[in-house]
Amino acid sequence: MGHKTFARGVHPSYYKELTAGKRVEAAALPKTVTIPLQQHAGAPCEPLVKKGDLVTEGQKIGDVKAFVSAPVHSSISGKVKDIELSQHPGGFRSLSIIIEGDGTAKEWGGPAKDLSSISVDALKDSIREAGIVGMGGAAFPTSVKLAPPKGKAIEAVILNGCECEPYLTADHRIMLEEPEKVVWGLRALMKTLAAPKGFVGIEENKPDAIEALRKAIGSSTDIQIIILEAKYPQGAEKMLIVAATGKKVPVGKLPLDVGVVVNNVGTAAAIFEAVNWGKPLIERIVTVSGNGVKEPRNLKVRVGTSFEEVLSQCGGLVEGGEVEVLNGGPMMGIAQPTLSVPVIKGTSGITVIAASVIKSSVYEACIRCASCVSVCPMALMPYKLGDFGKAFRTGEFKDWDGLSCIECGCCSYVCPSKRPLLQWIRLGKLKVRQEAQKAAAAK
Amino acid sequence: MESLKFVRKPKRPLPQNNRITDQRTLDAKEINPNAEQPSQAATRLIVSSSPHFLNTESVPKIMHNVVTALLPATAASVYFFGWRALLLIIVCVVACLATEYAFQKIRKQPIKIHDGSAIITGMLLAMTLPAGFPIFGAILGSVFAIGVGKQLFGGLGYNIFNPALLGRAFLMATYPVLTTTWVWPRTMEKAIDAVTAATPLVMAKFEGKFDVPIMDMFIGNTAGSLGETSAIAIILGGLYLRYKGYINWKLPLGYLGTIAVFSAIFWYVNPAKYPSPLFHLFAGGAMLGAWFMVTDMVTSPVTSLGQWIFVIVAGILAVVIRLFGGLPEGVMYSILFMNAFVPLLNKHTRPKVFGEVKAQKG
Repeated sequence: MGHKTFARGVHPSYYKELTAGKRVEAAALPKTVTIPLQQHAGAPCEPLVKKGDLVTEGQKIGDVKAFVSAPVHSSISGKVKDIELSQHPGGFRSLSIIIEGDGTAKEWGGPAKDLSSISVDALKDSIREAGIVGMGGAAFPTSVKLAPPKGKAIEAVILNGCECEPYLTADHRIMLEEPEKVVWGLRALMKTLAAPKGFVGIEENKPDAIEALRKAIGSSTDIQIIILEAKYPQGAEKMLIVAATGKKVPVGKLPLDVGVVVNNVGTAAAIFEAVNWGKPLIERIVTVSGNGVKEPRNLKVRVGTSFEEVLSQCGGLVEGGEVEVLNGGPMMGIAQPTLSVPVIKGTSGITVIAASVIKSSVYEACIRCASCVSVCPMALMPYKLGDFGKAFRTGEFKDWDGLSCIECGCCSYVCPSKRPLLQWIRLGKLKVRQEAQKAAAAK
Repeated sequence: MESLKFVRKPKRPLPQNNRITDQRTLDAKEINPNAEQPSQAATRLIVSSSPHFLNTESVPKIMHNVVTALLPATAASVYFFGWRALLLIIVCVVACLATEYAFQKIRKQPIKIHDGSAIITGMLLAMTLPAGFPIFGAILGSVFAIGVGKQLFGGLGYNIFNPALLGRAFLMATYPVLTTTWVWPRTMEKAIDAVTAATPLVMAKFEGKFDVPIMDMFIGNTAGSLGETSAIAIILGGLYLRYKGYINWKLPLGYLGTIAVFSAIFWYVNPAKYPSPLFHLFAGGAMLGAWFMVTDMVTSPVTSLGQWIFVIVAGILAVVIRLFGGLPEGVMYSILFMNAFVPLLNKHTRPKVFGEVKAQKG
C-alpha cells in the first residue's frame, strides 16, 4: 500500500511464483513455423514471397504500404511451404506463410551503439523495418506511436512493466535479465519523440526487477522508476498513465493527447535488438504457466512456433479433463480452439487453466450488489451495460458509455452471480459497430 | 481454402435455463477437419470469453453470511422474549421457504431455495414482529413477503421493495392492533403486573415520556419487536458483514448518522419536547433497518452518490415520521419509500466516466 495506482480495480491471485524465479531459456528450433500476415493492429501485410521460395532467418516476408501496420519476418531459415488461411491466436483466421526450416539458426548480437550517433530518422526506420509492435498483447505498431501529429509535444515516454495479468512473468524476466536493453530502448524512444522524461512503471511485487533497472539507469535523472500498487488492470494504458502522471486520457482520445506515449518493456528491448543488431521482431519471451501445464517455464520462442510445440517443451498439458489454453493471461487472454495456432508478436504468455477451476457456466440473476460498479476502472455501470448488450439495446448501450469499456474483465471477475458481463458488453460493442457500418453503407 | 470451413456440431440440447450457450467444447477436428488429432487427445479444450478467472464469491455465500450475521440478534430475541420468539422466527423462515418453493415450482423455475435469501426474509420479518404475534398472522406475512414482495416481481434480484419490510407493512395494515401489541421482555420486572407494554417510541409519541435508560435500549431490555430491541446484537452482526465486505459502510452509517444529526436539531431546540439523538438511534427499528434493510443489495442503489441520497433522505423521513407523523415508528416506511426511487437514483447518479470531457455549453 501507499504506492501509486488508479481508482478501483481488483486484486486477483497472481500465481506468479510458478515462473517468476525461472530464467528465460531458449525454446527448441521449430521445424516449421506459421507466420500470420496480421500480427498487429491495423492493415494485414501482403506476402512478399511465394510458395517454394527460399528464405533466411530475419528476412522480410510480408509488408504493406498502410500507415498503421508492421512488416513480418521469417523466424527461421528454410523454404516457403505454403501460404494459406490458418487459425490465428486472436480467434479468427488469417492468411499465413508456412515455412519449413532447414535446421540452421543465425547468431544475433553486437555491441550497443551510441545513441547520439544515430539520427532520429534512422531510428524510426529501423523500428518500422524490424516490424516492432507493442509486445504487451495489443500489438499496436510502434512506428505509429512514434509519429505523433505535428504540434503535439510528447513530454514523457512511459514503459509499461506492470504485468498485472496473473501468471505472466515475461516482462518481469526481461527487466531482471536484460535491464540494459530496456533502458537503451527507452532512451531511443525518448530520442525519437524528443521527450525529455522517461518513466518505467513497475508493480511493487517485483522488487528484484526494480533493483536491476535502478542499476541499469545509474545516476542519470532522465529516467524515473515509478513503483505501483499490484492491482489489476494496472497495466492498462490509461490506468498506467493516470497512476504515473496523474493525467486522465479523455474519452475517445489517445495517450499522445496528454503528451504521453506508452510502450511495453519488451518492446523497448526489441528496439535495442533491432537498432543495434539489425534483428527484426522474430522471437519473444513467452511465459508458459497455469495449473493445466506440467512444468511452467519462461521461454524465448520464435514467432510462428505452434502452441503445441511450445507446450510440449513444458511437459505438456495435464492429462484428461478439460482445459482452457489462452493466448495471454487469464483475465484478458483468448481461449484457443486448437493447439496448432502459432505464437505471434503479441503472445506474452500461454496460460493453461484446468477447466474445473475456470468457472461455472451457470449464472444467477443480478442482485445489484454493486461490486461491478465499484471495481470498474473506467467508472462504468457494467451490470446495466451487460443487460443492454445482451438485449442489443444499442441506443442505451451508447448512452451509458458502453463504448468506453476497455474489456479488462474486472466486472465479470467480481460478479457473485457469475454473470458473463464482459461477454455481453462485447456483444453490445459489436452490435453498435455493426449498426454504424450498416448506416455508413446505407449512405 | 474451401475445405477449411468451420464445421458446427449439431446444437446440443439446452441444459437448465441461464446457461451460457456459446461456451462449448471444440475438438481440433471440428476446427480443421484435415488436421491430425492433437497428441493430447484425452485433454479437451474449452473455449469461452475472457476473463477466465473468477473470484470465489457467490450469491448463496453472501446470503448465508447475512444469515450468520443475524444470529446474534436472534439469540438476543430469544434471551429477552423467550422461546415464543424462536417459534416465530422458525415459522416465518419455514413459511418463506415454502412460499418460495411453491412459486418456483409453479413458474417452472429452477428451485433455488437453498440460496438463503428466503431465510433472510423470514428472519427479518420475524424480527419486526412483537413476541406475542399470532402464528397464523406470521405465516400470512411471510407468504405476502415472498409471494407479492419478491416472486411476483420475478424472484431474487428483481424485487423493488425489501420483501421483509413489505410483509411487515402488509401485516401493519391487516392487523394494526396485533402488530403494535408488545410484551415486556421477561428480563424486566414490570412484566409481572403488565399484560401489554409500550415501546420507548410509543411512550415518546403518545405519552411524551422518553425516560427509558439508553443503556437498556442498547442492550435490548425494553419492549419492542423481536430483533429490534437489542442494538448491540444487531451492531455485532452488522460489523461482521462489514468485516466480510458485504455491506458498504456508507449505507448503515449514513442512515444512522442522518437520523442522529436531524433529530439532534430538534432536540437542541427543545429537549423537553423532542427525544435525544441517542434515543432515536437505539429506539425502534433504526438499528435493524440500518444494518440489515438499508443494506439490502437488491433494493439499494449501486452508485456512491445514489447511496448517499438514499440514506440521507430515508434518515430524514424516518425522523419526520417519528416526530410529526401519525405513527410512532418511521423506519419501515422511510426505507420502503426510498426503495421505490432506487432505479431512478441509479440512472441519474451515474459516476463520471474515466476521462469524461466536460460537457460543452450550448
